[in-house]
Amino acid sequence: MIASDISPLASRLSSGAHTRAVTDPFHGDLLEVSMGPHHPSTHGVFRMQVTLDGETIVKLKPVFGYLHRNHEKLGESTSYLGSMPYTDRLDYLNSMTNNWAYALAVEQLAGQPVPERAEYLRVILAELTRLLNHTCLAGFLLQDCGCSGTPLMYAFREREKILDLFEALSGSRMMCNFQRFGGCRTDASPEWLAAAKQLTDGYGAFLDEYERLITGNEILMARTQGVGALKPDLAISAGITGPMLRATGVDYDLRKVDGYGFYPRFEFRVPLGDHGDTYDRYMIRVLEMRESIKIIQQAFATLPAGPVMDPKAKLRGFRPKPGEAYGRIEGPRGEIGFYLVSDGTPNPYRYRVRPPSFVNLTLLEDLCLGHTVADAVIILGSIDIVLGEVDR
Amino acid sequence: MLGSGLLSGLAVTAKNLVGSFHDPARLTTVEYPEQQAKLPEAYRNFPFLVSENATDPMGTLRCVACQICEKECPPQCIYIEKSKDKKPDATGKLQLYPAIFDIDTSVCMSCQICVEVCPFEAIKMDQVFAIATTDRFDALLLKREQLAKPNAYYHTIHPTEAAEVDARLATERKAAAEKAAAAAAAKAAAPKPPAPPPAA
Amino acid sequence: MEPLEQLHARLLSAFPGAEISIVNNPGPAAQHSLLLPAALAREIAFFLRDDPALRLDYCSNVTGIDWLKAGHIEVVYHLYSMALKHGPVIIRLRTANRTDAVTLPSLTPVWRACEFQEREVFDLYGVVFDGHPDLRRILMWDEFKDHPMRKDYIEPDDYEWEPTPHGAIHDKAKAHYPAAVTPAEGAAKP
Repeated sequence: MIASDISPLASRLSSGAHTRAVTDPFHGDLLEVSMGPHHPSTHGVFRMQVTLDGETIVKLKPVFGYLHRNHEKLGESTSYLGSMPYTDRLDYLNSMTNNWAYALAVEQLAGQPVPERAEYLRVILAELTRLLNHTCLAGFLLQDCGCSGTPLMYAFREREKILDLFEALSGSRMMCNFQRFGGCRTDASPEWLAAAKQLTDGYGAFLDEYERLITGNEILMARTQGVGALKPDLAISAGITGPMLRATGVDYDLRKVDGYGFYPRFEFRVPLGDHGDTYDRYMIRVLEMRESIKIIQQAFATLPAGPVMDPKAKLRGFRPKPGEAYGRIEGPRGEIGFYLVSDGTPNPYRYRVRPPSFVNLTLLEDLCLGHTVADAVIILGSIDIVLGEVDR
Repeated sequence: MLGSGLLSGLAVTAKNLVGSFHDPARLTTVEYPEQQAKLPEAYRNFPFLVSENATDPMGTLRCVACQICEKECPPQCIYIEKSKDKKPDATGKLQLYPAIFDIDTSVCMSCQICVEVCPFEAIKMDQVFAIATTDRFDALLLKREQLAKPNAYYHTIHPTEAAEVDARLATERKAAAEKAAAAAAAKAAAPKPPAPPPAA
Repeated sequence: MEPLEQLHARLLSAFPGAEISIVNNPGPAAQHSLLLPAALAREIAFFLRDDPALRLDYCSNVTGIDWLKAGHIEVVYHLYSMALKHGPVIIRLRTANRTDAVTLPSLTPVWRACEFQEREVFDLYGVVFDGHPDLRRILMWDEFKDHPMRKDYIEPDDYEWEPTPHGAIHDKAKAHYPAAVTPAEGAAKP
């Protein structure tokens, strides 16, 4: 807020922060800063109500719900199929994995089998989504560190190639709406598979370039190492999942634990961190991308022929028997689950989304306490939230 | 050595900067309005109604106003009113047709579910994306006259899919025609009701 | 992991006299659940978390379900074990009714993962969690009155006017803004 040539009010408005002094008998004058909801560092409309002692955070309350459209109520008022395009809009970077998680829950609810080729396609698409998401995160995290431009643009350049693949297959870059109950909507053509294979084979070179650009960078290390360190037992208790959990050293990856899809057929490692700090969270994602490339290459090598849709699957008039099911998969941000209760009608009686980034936000305050405002920005960036999913 | 990470990063950016002048693969953008990236065949935007020919689009709509898409549409952007009378479709069978068929493109989310649930191959996805208007209301509420596009247009935007659809429809129509012919033949060959006994 | 019947028997012996019952799931998923008495729920939850054979240290999902006909609200917890990598064990709590007796014990002291999700259930279903450290609305704004995920929630009728052909929506908006709608409607329709 060093803007002597504009009025104080204007400078306050332009910085997006509303400030007022808080008197506290133990800390002297504290400052309460409202970061957001319209702030470039919050990855959407998200507000952090921060209480500062000088530059140090002594209290932080996340405030969200600005994007709330009651997705779950919408799911209860539309048919099972009608919710599928809405799941694209939860975590709008990873629509393929959201589709899969929802399809998996409905398939469990209805006892619907899935053909082998469709499962392979799902694995390929989910791992491409993981590449896409982690690439974006690596770019955005650097943006949050203040490195505006270069790494994000490099990341987006590669992301665009994956989005082109998604568009060629499903018709839309981000709102794919591709999985169906009992398979996938369309089959991948040989040309598409060749293009996807070429991209996957070249992705390792991009990762090498990106790591040369940033991983060994001394400024990045100084900014992120030891910042926002998380202990494993607290992470487990708080239900943290995904790369953020594995950065603390807890070996819990649903691809290994549940073995859904055909993941047990593929050979891959689960990278684990040691310190649980922001740098580990970044490195885990880079390492996971390298494992994803391995999975996709194995899937291409063994992709079976056959239909991608179960012939008995029903598109219209789909009514599962009364019952309930909780289906979950390892999304790029963590465990994404759908809990469905059916009462035998075409609409679910209860449709619940377990969003990973919503639960991962639980520990935002614990991670940020004692750090500075600038660190809060990168800690939030390393948690990797998407507000479409947090607010639903 | 402290600073070596910084220097290697700078080397990467330098390589990309210089490379973008020499290597077309490193130039990943196009100058949009003048140059346009080619849309993939599967690209979808908003639905349109398929008519058999361009000369009489309203008379040859494949839609029979069954209202399945209206019911299944997740954001409820389709509105259909059935006709009072019936018209023959491509197989010659008398069918209803939509007297009103509206799609509110300000509500439509391009999910393609209407296309998937349609049993008559009557609604397909268009590829026109530059649809900005100055009127937020009526200009985005498309009537059936604006929605109807000939089958030839469908062939230009989704050639593979359209060929499959045409082949499927052709077999269905052939089967229907054969069935009708068989029914007619059976009717002709059926023994006539016993003629009244000749008057003695 | 041990079968649910065995776990049920073990819980009954650890908590004699507690009304713990198995809720059968008739669907193909066959994920059966345990219905716990609200008064003992937190003790049982600590038992489930700390029992060496179970070690359900990870509460994945907290869901509210409004059973309008039965007249209660149910809160469902999906528990897994990260240490032993098994699960799920599904536990359910029920409120006495849907109006004035909607208090349940909070399980946030057992699993921190419940903190935001119980706040969400409070916000959208109106279940009051006793012992929750910070029970405020989370998705709706603080001044909001009702609980929108309840089955008998009446949605607001203050739609912005737009030329939708769906009559029901239009009529509701008309009732809400009788004066504001008419001129716009007149202007929009030739």
